[in-house]
Amino acid sequence: MNSPNKASEIDRSIYDIRNDEDNDYRMKSGLTSDIVERLSAEKNDPEWMRDFRLRSLEIYNEIPTPQWGPSLDGLDIDNISTYVRPKSDMKGSWEEVPDDIKETFERLGIPQAEQKSLAGVGAQYDSELVYHNVKDSVMQQGVVYTDLESALRGEYADLIKEKFMKLVPPSDHKFAALHGAVWSGGSFVYVPKGVHLDIPLQSYFRLNAKGAGQFEHTLIIVEDEAYLHFIEGCSAPKYNVANLHAGCVELYVGKNSVLRYSTVENWSKNMYNLNTKRAVCAEGGRVEWVSGSFGSHTSYLYPMTILNGENASVEFTGITFAGEGQNLDTGAKVVHSAPNTSSYINTRSISKSGGVSTFRSSVKINKNAKGSKASVSCESLMLDDISRSDTIPAMDIRTGSCAVGHEAKIGRISDDEVFYLMSRGVSEEDARATIVRGFADNVSKELPLEYAVEMNNLISLEMKK
Amino acid sequence: MAGLLDIGLLNVNVSDKQILHDVSLSINTGEVHVLMGPNGAGKSTLGKVVIGDPAFQVTSGNIIFDNADITAMSPDKRAKLGLFMSFQNPPEIGGVSLSSFLRTAVELRRGERVKLWEFKKELREVMELLEMDMSYAERDLNVGFSGGEKKKSEILQMLMLKPKLAVLDETDSGLDVDAVRLVSKGIRHYIDTCGGSLLVITHSTRILESINVDRTHVLVNGNIVKTGSSELIDEINTNGFGEYSEV
Repeated sequence: MNSPNKASEIDRSIYDIRNDEDNDYRMKSGLTSDIVERLSAEKNDPEWMRDFRLRSLEIYNEIPTPQWGPSLDGLDIDNISTYVRPKSDMKGSWEEVPDDIKETFERLGIPQAEQKSLAGVGAQYDSELVYHNVKDSVMQQGVVYTDLESALRGEYADLIKEKFMKLVPPSDHKFAALHGAVWSGGSFVYVPKGVHLDIPLQSYFRLNAKGAGQFEHTLIIVEDEAYLHFIEGCSAPKYNVANLHAGCVELYVGKNSVLRYSTVENWSKNMYNLNTKRAVCAEGGRVEWVSGSFGSHTSYLYPMTILNGENASVEFTGITFAGEGQNLDTGAKVVHSAPNTSSYINTRSISKSGGVSTFRSSVKINKNAKGSKASVSCESLMLDDISRSDTIPAMDIRTGSCAVGHEAKIGRISDDEVFYLMSRGVSEEDARATIVRGFADNVSKELPLEYAVEMNNLISLEMKK
Repeated sequence: MAGLLDIGLLNVNVSDKQILHDVSLSINTGEVHVLMGPNGAGKSTLGKVVIGDPAFQVTSGNIIFDNADITAMSPDKRAKLGLFMSFQNPPEIGGVSLSSFLRTAVELRRGERVKLWEFKKELREVMELLEMDMSYAERDLNVGFSGGEKKKSEILQMLMLKPKLAVLDETDSGLDVDAVRLVSKGIRHYIDTCGGSLLVITHSTRILESINVDRTHVLVNGNIVKTGSSELIDEINTNGFGEYSEV
């Protein structure tokens, strides 16, 4: 998002600048009940949360590491520090944020974006939020946007206790259990009935500490007849040891409400991104996911939507770019469990310089979901002979009364296309980048402008290597 | 005096198979040349080699354009010097609008930024000349265009880029009467306003009717077997290529 109009200034270095670690507290590496209890004490958890963490840890220890996806051999939880508290508590104005942290977010364009086009911003640095602010006009409508820790002690404490990790229970998979044990930071958003937020809220997650994990939890509740656009961005500087991101996103969408959830993920290439996102959508509601995955060493990411009310719908638009050394396993899941629900999954994946990109989708249409429609379209582009692209779609259809479509395409940039663009004066590198950007266009046009520019810049940057 | 384009004793291979044999051809500024020949004679190959298609290997000979040896030059550099080809089957490029792509190309050709409103104004004028619906400007480049729309889009690009020499590769094939009229009008406009030179590769004479042809070349089996005036076109239309096929 930095200098959005100056493509010539694109430079990965804005993501890669590391700050010296000047932490307030760094948990020793590893995962034991002792560590989890200390984390809980540090965070001043309510008792139920402390118990929840310990139960999650037990589950974590019982569940095996998944074997069906990219290798996680390089990830050793004994070498990961699960909690790193920055030397700053949460501020309500940028001026108060410590200089090194503030400069990091300024380079990423976060305060600038807030001034221009956002209703509220949260910025997390390592394990805790360092900045949070919401426009008065938004608060006056009853919208709550805060860090989850404050929310646990506030007006909505009971609601959070009722919803926290109910959509994604710790038993869901090993890293959901890990998240339940060591989560820290993230956001709580509550949009009251009938409130239509015209401008988006945004959270930005930055992991600066080497060999650390980030486990933020995002819980969003949109009541009936409401609208929210939530934007999430993330990045980290590169280290030569593994970092881990195992966040969790839970979205509750009320009747006839729309929630749009946009993400541009640009983790550094030593990151294991094992993120879980899930939404449940009531009658007539709609979820719109827009997801750009560019960074990380290894990703497992399949945002899931449960269409629980009649006429609920979901659209998932995603792009994944796997470059050298990256193994990105991404996709989407949908469960149709009410009549006349509809889903549309539309993805693009690009692999280059030996990168591996796998698209995985799962669409389930339950017996009661009569009259439902599901459509999956995935296109892959391989930019050379050493890269790999796989498509693994799954469909589980339990009713005869529905319409299901699936379309998959895997291709390469054709020499004819490159020659054609070059014949109009475009250099070979730019011709290839133009074709790739065009391929990604269905996603970039769904993103807010600054993110679309950032995404195009990231593609240009990747194409130069 | 050297011509605008001088092709000298050009031999061209594609994957070890020779396609063109000792082809020589000169076009002066402002001239219109027609290249005729049966299917598979190598006409399109010659056009593509002139603008630098890397799919073909020049094994000997050279191409001089505007006093520069461009034989080994990449296609983008040739375009910047003022070479252009209207493709017979232009590829579809998804996610890239005709208008944004063309603006980039125009800026590269002119070597300077072009203000958006100036570009739009110019684009609108040319599209009106070709009776193209303005909505095409915002559509993805060639995606879902009919045959006629693709050809008009190529002529539109030619008129916006104002090359010194344009190769028209079968620009009239597959067009209905109206489209032929509009494409001819565009070509006429190119000659009149840009003083442009043309190498017209064609099977038929439909788009040539309103254009003054200076030279006609007949290419058979990769050899230029005859060069003559515009009357050669009529002769071939009457007799076909039969008498040359022995060569």
